[in-house]
Amino acid sequence: MANTDNSNKYSILLPTYNEIDNLPIIIWLIVKYMGESGSNYEIIIIDDGSPDGTLEAAKQLQKIYGEDKIVLRPREKKLGLGTAYMHGIKHASGNFILLMDADLSHHPKFISQFIEKQKSEDFDVVSGTRYVGSGGVNGWDFKRKLISRGANFLTQLLLRPGASDLTGSFRLYKKDVLQKLIESCVSKGYVFQMEMIIRARQLDYTIGEVPITFVDRVYGESKLGGTEIFHFVKALLYLFATT
Amino acid sequence: MTKLLEWLSAFIALFSVWYLLISKKVARHFVSENETLIFYSPIIAVLLFGIYAATVVLYRVFTFNDCEEAAKELRKEIEEAREDLRTKGFVFKNSDR
Ligand SMILES: Nc1nc2c(ncn2[C@@H]2O[C@H](COP(=O)(O)OP(=O)(O)OP(=O)(O)O)[C@@H](O)[C@H]2O)c(=O)[nH]1
Ligand SMILES: [Mg+2]
Repeated sequence: MANTDNSNKYSILLPTYNEIDNLPIIIWLIVKYMGESGSNYEIIIIDDGSPDGTLEAAKQLQKIYGEDKIVLRPREKKLGLGTAYMHGIKHASGNFILLMDADLSHHPKFISQFIEKQKSEDFDVVSGTRYVGSGGVNGWDFKRKLISRGANFLTQLLLRPGASDLTGSFRLYKKDVLQKLIESCVSKGYVFQMEMIIRARQLDYTIGEVPITFVDRVYGESKLGGTEIFHFVKALLYLFATT
Repeated sequence: MTKLLEWLSAFIALFSVWYLLISKKVARHFVSENETLIFYSPIIAVLLFGIYAATVVLYRVFTFNDCEEAAKELRKEIEEAREDLRTKGFVFKNSDR
């Protein structure tokens, strides 16, 4: 399925914090699947001074795959995801930006589907969704599924966002659209993704969706806890009252 | 209009209708014949919606795809990747994983 249209370039932003085990694998997978699709791309790694040596691994990978494919834009210390994306965009040379997690829960095989979807109706945003069609999750127990589905039901009811997966962070954006969205977002951290898609609706951007399978992280720490639920509810109420 | 205002307007509209009915300002005969039902209708509506919500959420929990295939494929690809990267000269820090 080689792609002959070379006018588009996709900048894949990979924010990393302590992903030393995941980073080589995710890069390998991206190179494999983007190579198959034939699309023009670059990978921008934004590491926030991970103490586990993620940056060293990234440098090795850059040697293997070349500086045109792997771009390193590290920062001194952990400054959060939102600013990591901003930092990455500044150095992105593509006209499209793809956001994904580096922890292997987002599989690069879906990127080509995102690209096809975007082209089909010239969408401003294409969002991966775990909640529709062949989408789904792996490694979640009943409680986590219940919280996820419950939170999603409540959000759909209150905000009618026009997208089925609000908290997912596997998305393709037109570069200028993403810049505008990030500028208009006030929240930080985990709920930032939800606000991005709500703002997209508010600003009348078109949103396409691709079902994705989400496999829980194999390596490294996960941090879904009570504080995340608290932040989620707070953000939901904030968006309910202001958008 | 924010979502909050939309909800408030709808709520006030429904409440007004209900209030006009129970205060018998309109449709007096109809109200007298169904007095208790109309009086309790807001509670009934909330209960019915609660049942609807619980059913939908539980249905979606039980039909949530488990993606065992995707997990298996990923595990296989991780092995492949580690092997291939080693031949390309990549040094894994945690070589035991
Ligand atoms: N540069 C940078 N990357 C971060 C920061 N926080 C998280 N990340 C990365 O952002 C991505 C998503 O973070 P995760 O820790 O997977 O967050 P999550 O998916 O909500 O939660 P779990 O996967 O359950 O741990 C991963 O690739 C992280 O390495 C940060 O402060 N700076
Ligand atoms: Mg994750």
